Amino acid sequence: MTMKFDLKQQTVRELNQALHDLPKDATDEINVDNLMGEHNVAVGLDQPISVNLNGHAGYYCAGMNQKAEVVINGNAGQGVAENMMSGKVHVKGNASQSAGATAHGGLLVIDGDAAARCGISMKGVDIVVKGSVGHMSAFMGQSGCLVVCGDAGEALGDSLYEVHIYVKGRVESLGADCVKKEMRAEHLEELSQLLKEAGCEDDPAEFTRYGSARQLYTFKVDNASAY
Amino acid sequence: MSEKQPGLIESATFSRDVINEIQRAADTGIYDIRGFGAKRKVPHFDDLLFLGASMSRYPLEGYREKCGTDVTLGTRFAKNPIKLDTVVTIAGMSFGALSANAKEALGRGANMAGTSTTTGDGGMTPEERKTSKTLVYQYLPSRYGMNPDDLRKADAIEVVLGQGAKPGGGGMLLGQKITDRVAKMRDLPKGIDQRSACRHPDWTGPDDLAIKIQELREITDWNVPIYVKIGATRTYYDVKLAVKAGADVIVLDGMQGGTAATQDVFIEHVGIPTMAAIPQAVRALQEMDMHRKVQLIVSGGIRSGADVAKCMALGADAVAIGTAALIALGCNHPKWDEEYQKIGSAAGYYDDYHEGKCPAGISTQDPELAARLDPELAGRRLANYLNVLTMEAQTLARACGKSHLHNLEPEDLVALNVEAAAMAGVPLAGTDWIPGRHSY
Repeated sequence: MTMKFDLKQQTVRELNQALHDLPKDATDEINVDNLMGEHNVAVGLDQPISVNLNGHAGYYCAGMNQKAEVVINGNAGQGVAENMMSGKVHVKGNASQSAGATAHGGLLVIDGDAAARCGISMKGVDIVVKGSVGHMSAFMGQSGCLVVCGDAGEALGDSLYEVHIYVKGRVESLGADCVKKEMRAEHLEELSQLLKEAGCEDDPAEFTRYGSARQLYTFKVDNASAY
Repeated sequence: MSEKQPGLIESATFSRDVINEIQRAADTGIYDIRGFGAKRKVPHFDDLLFLGASMSRYPLEGYREKCGTDVTLGTRFAKNPIKLDTVVTIAGMSFGALSANAKEALGRGANMAGTSTTTGDGGMTPEERKTSKTLVYQYLPSRYGMNPDDLRKADAIEVVLGQGAKPGGGGMLLGQKITDRVAKMRDLPKGIDQRSACRHPDWTGPDDLAIKIQELREITDWNVPIYVKIGATRTYYDVKLAVKAGADVIVLDGMQGGTAATQDVFIEHVGIPTMAAIPQAVRALQEMDMHRKVQLIVSGGIRSGADVAKCMALGADAVAIGTAALIALGCNHPKWDEEYQKIGSAAGYYDDYHEGKCPAGISTQDPELAARLDPELAGRRLANYLNVLTMEAQTLARACGKSHLHNLEPEDLVALNVEAAAMAGVPLAGTDWIPGRHSY
């Protein structure tokens, strides 16, 4: 079944409530026109539905998504797909700060660039950015993968835990405890799979892997200057 | 420690405790980390007294006339506000910091007394959701274990901006307490020293917070109240901004509020006393015409029904207890004194919650220690204590002629010293002088 919404005619509240009211096993396709920068569009989804959002989204679009596949045909504001659990969010344009923040699962694909703190505190989500990412990306990232086909800004992976970071382009600088790491076969396989899922044709062999040196995992007096 | 001999003068500046700390710092090269709240003496509710009724006011009969203690929280926007039988609630404390048995005991005790409990940094456990009839789910900077299913199971959501023990600091849970289960809930490797963020990862400032609150409302279909918790510092401004951002309830935690682990220097030197913060919050609410519309929950060093009643009189709608609740469960109980001594402490002094060695089985993840706490018995003890707090507060309210705890007012209070008079905004006892206010 296909449903249509127009945010010129309906409120975000009406849209979200209608989506929340769909049965748990719904597989509907939903088209939403005229996003016009509205905040909190399609948040808290919990069904395997497909949602096409036409226009630019405000803050927290597709926040806490579960199971749904959300496509944003435009740019996304701060915190797109924040705390996503599962499903897929695809931003066709650029994404603002904190894209995929604290997300636990699912796949976030950004066709354009992502601003500062992309993947901040990520907890299991996979993020593929076809353009570049801003400073402090994957800050305090706990688990999951961040793939950057362009360049990365300053302090990439600062205070990183177990996130796998793959960057094809230039890295401005690495954050505290983030180091370049060997690309082993399992990493190439993981990266190839993610690039494929995101629809990228980049060659995995051209990427460099970064991860945590794990030197800040426990308090050590000699590390005091790194904190 | 040697007995003081006549003629030996201890320095007020370099006391034995200070000397001990300097030497400890020199030995280890790291600051002291501990649990509990501020231990220094600060102006507190003990410095206030009630003016009981006599000629100019009528008291209520202590055992016959009704004095209500119920409170409804979250009446501003939520479809389902929280209704509690008592104004005394249980503050946020995590599974991780506390054992599963301690969390269960808190839930059991709160249920018996008709009040709420609160999750902590680390997410909601299925056990605590099952045990606690009314459960407030904290939304913290770390977002450990945060997920929309639990969000929708919560009876209220508490967006945590800070806590009284460490306003401006994030949570801390040292490796000793990061067991397999705790690690899994927080998506972190086992055994590492976990240091939570102090700022939320996807918003900064009050305008963003307004959008964040709206997101949480959208996800939960505007059903449950959204609290905003702040550590007491620039309280007047913080409360105004939180109200503007759309909070249903403000949770205000003073500097005496406890923590599971943070730097001692943070606990003792950041934030303002609870008593000083309440009038600031109330003034902010009154100026916005939001007093009693956005409810105010106050915490930080509340120990007795007198403290509860004094918070009410200063304008709070409810209070929350943390440290006192743990003590009611059995924390620092003299029966464990020998065991406290073995780990370099003593009953009545224990504050090393971060080490996970709690002899009472409360602030630990060690299964053997945790098994020492019987959740039913400890829950009963907490319920007893909550009932005493409520009855004591009622006793004082009736003495002031009030038929509900919420009818207590600043006019019922006086202060014992100038500091308390200035902070609480009530007259020095025996005078009509409130320092800093013009008299008429």
